[in-house]
Amino acid sequence: MTSADAKPFPHRHLLGIEHLSADEISALLDLSDAYVELNRRPEKKLNRLRGRTLINLFFETSTRTKTSFELAGKRLGADVINMSVEGSAIKKGETLIDTAMTLNAMQPDAMVIRHPDSGAADLLSQKVNGSVINAGDGSHAHPTQALLDAVTIRRRLGHLEGLTVAICGDILHSRVARSNIQLFGKMGALVRVVAPPTLLPASIERLGVEVHNDMVAGLKDADIVMMLRLQTERMKGAFVPSIREYFRYYGLDREKLAHAKPDALIMHPGPMNRGVEIDTEVADDINRSVIREQVEMGVAVRMACLDALVHQKLEQPTDVAAA
Amino acid sequence: MSDRIAYINARLLDPATGTDSPGDVLTIGDEIADVGALFGAGLPEGSIVIDCGGHCLAPGLIDMMATLGEPGREHKETIATGTRAAAVGGVTTVIASPDTRPIIDEIALVEFVERHAQATGQVRVLPAATITKGMGGLEMTEFGLLMEAGAVLFTDGYKSIVNAQVMRRALSYASNFNALISHHTEVPELVGDGVMNDGETATRLGLSGIPGIAETIMLERDIRIVELTGGRYHASSISTADSVAVVRRAKDKGLQVTCGVAPYHFALNENEVGHYRTFAKVSPPLRSERDREAIVEGLADGTVDVIASHHRPEDPEAKRLPFAQAAYGAVGLETLWPISLELYHKGQVSLLDLLARLTLGPATILGLPQGRLARGAPADLLIFDADTPSRIDAATFQSKSKNSPFDQRPVQGRVMRTVVSGATVYEQRS
Repeated sequence: MTSADAKPFPHRHLLGIEHLSADEISALLDLSDAYVELNRRPEKKLNRLRGRTLINLFFETSTRTKTSFELAGKRLGADVINMSVEGSAIKKGETLIDTAMTLNAMQPDAMVIRHPDSGAADLLSQKVNGSVINAGDGSHAHPTQALLDAVTIRRRLGHLEGLTVAICGDILHSRVARSNIQLFGKMGALVRVVAPPTLLPASIERLGVEVHNDMVAGLKDADIVMMLRLQTERMKGAFVPSIREYFRYYGLDREKLAHAKPDALIMHPGPMNRGVEIDTEVADDINRSVIREQVEMGVAVRMACLDALVHQKLEQPTDVAAA
Repeated sequence: MSDRIAYINARLLDPATGTDSPGDVLTIGDEIADVGALFGAGLPEGSIVIDCGGHCLAPGLIDMMATLGEPGREHKETIATGTRAAAVGGVTTVIASPDTRPIIDEIALVEFVERHAQATGQVRVLPAATITKGMGGLEMTEFGLLMEAGAVLFTDGYKSIVNAQVMRRALSYASNFNALISHHTEVPELVGDGVMNDGETATRLGLSGIPGIAETIMLERDIRIVELTGGRYHASSISTADSVAVVRRAKDKGLQVTCGVAPYHFALNENEVGHYRTFAKVSPPLRSERDREAIVEGLADGTVDVIASHHRPEDPEAKRLPFAQAAYGAVGLETLWPISLELYHKGQVSLLDLLARLTLGPATILGLPQGRLARGAPADLLIFDADTPSRIDAATFQSKSKNSPFDQRPVQGRVMRTVVSGATVYEQRS
């Protein structure tokens, strides 16, 4: 089987969800499905990116996203280099652009970037020849997280259209929330954001979401309950008065969850603050929590994105189909 | 060589007298000697004649706020390059921001700026000094002595004086010398880590927002203080509809309150940030379309007294960064007049009113003799063509820095000649 059923993927970079059409998102999810199957085999390695070089450039600490991209690259056969800010030239005053130019001179085929500033991935993409994948920039976007959330849901429920997705917690600082708002909006789901007013950005309703300050109303009949991490330093009076008050009104527990649909799925991009935004009992509910599945899907989604961006087409990997 | 120069065949525009008619100007040395229909009967003997070819002749522009880089930021701008940019832009008087390194808060430093401008400047440079020592917001500078040394206004640049008691004492003490306090009004706690206007665009881009109230709250505070202390107060750069309304109310009350705007606040809105364009990162930030429209209305009805370039040169190293890390500011001396002319071409502000915001307005606030076509006034002239279309090209700027949000913008109108003290400092060659 060859490129007869390959679809073009006319994007060099994956900077955010806004550049993708609903069809392209569906096709990426299809490809991710194929890679999920591959990842469940004992022999996981393919040759689709053999000879290609992937650089992971992480300016923020991250365990799961970095590992996930590293595994994704290696399973596709690419050579993967990890660069973290610790001990790098950035600490010595080199700018993001200087670093990008230096690494670009080494001819990588793709660069994965995580950076604390919104727009850092956009900036990098203007300066390099290979593909840039945004693995999280400030509060702006985290497109592969939104894609892996979507593939997790689609595998469980079979579709995205018509679902009610409640995203709860620190919307203000969340790139995950922004990318999910865009993705689920494009796929025909109803998106709600649920948070105290201090954790909602200005004019959030203009992004096409329902805004709730009350968890009960926000979770009512939801199919998906997506919890966001709230950093502890933001809970000491700056945005909310205390952890216990936050958990009382916005932490996900059995009682609040009862207002969602009986089979509603519980999601969290990780890492979780148990007892802050989510109760341990709920987080570990084997029937409803898909938090660990999200991590598994992460590798497959990143394989699909790397494959599609480097080859600029979406093609089912043939030896997976054969397996 | 004669020191008599006759500018003939011009369309005279003088906001001071409301003149808009064909005529001529005669300058002798560094002064305007006569204005009107002077040479119908024949050209004056022994004069140099400059034929304006029917173009507009107005007083040279007075820019109340420009950063000239010297001392201490010579890699971004010098007085020589900054004033060359001013000459190209039709600006004949520049008030130099004291936000330099060192900060201009001492007599010797005011004198340095004056001396250096005398030696290297192409247009008039008048020094401003800071309101507080080191722009620390705590201790007043020596208003009286600094004025004697030549400081024409007091400002802490783009920093606000947070402590209301300091502001109260500064305004109160300044009234003693009739000194002008020009203030950038932003409550820093409300700015927080904000980098652009608070709203949908900031939310989409994941950038922290600066709410309009950050500006308006401090402006209202200042006006309350002025009510108490008297004194002359100028809000250096307002950007919101609410601020326009606040200034309008203060003027209705008869307070000595004036305000200025930067061209980007009437020509651009927050959408200009687009995908993290750091050249659109300015302070106060580009606001909503509604705010922009209110600024235009304020200019049309006279609530806004002054248009100032807020020229703030930055090198690529300070701008080629993620948006939150990039420096604030845009160069503006060379685009001040063409961008302002957009308001005339759109029919929103008359040509005379527009000129008033850039000549008579600042001259009146600063108590300067220039800014008018009057006998005995300094021979600072702007000759311009109001209509010829062109495109702004930052690559051709005389300024050392090219950080303009207007690069490649099509505009109408261009400066043909700039005259300072009777001498041509710029002439359009085409």
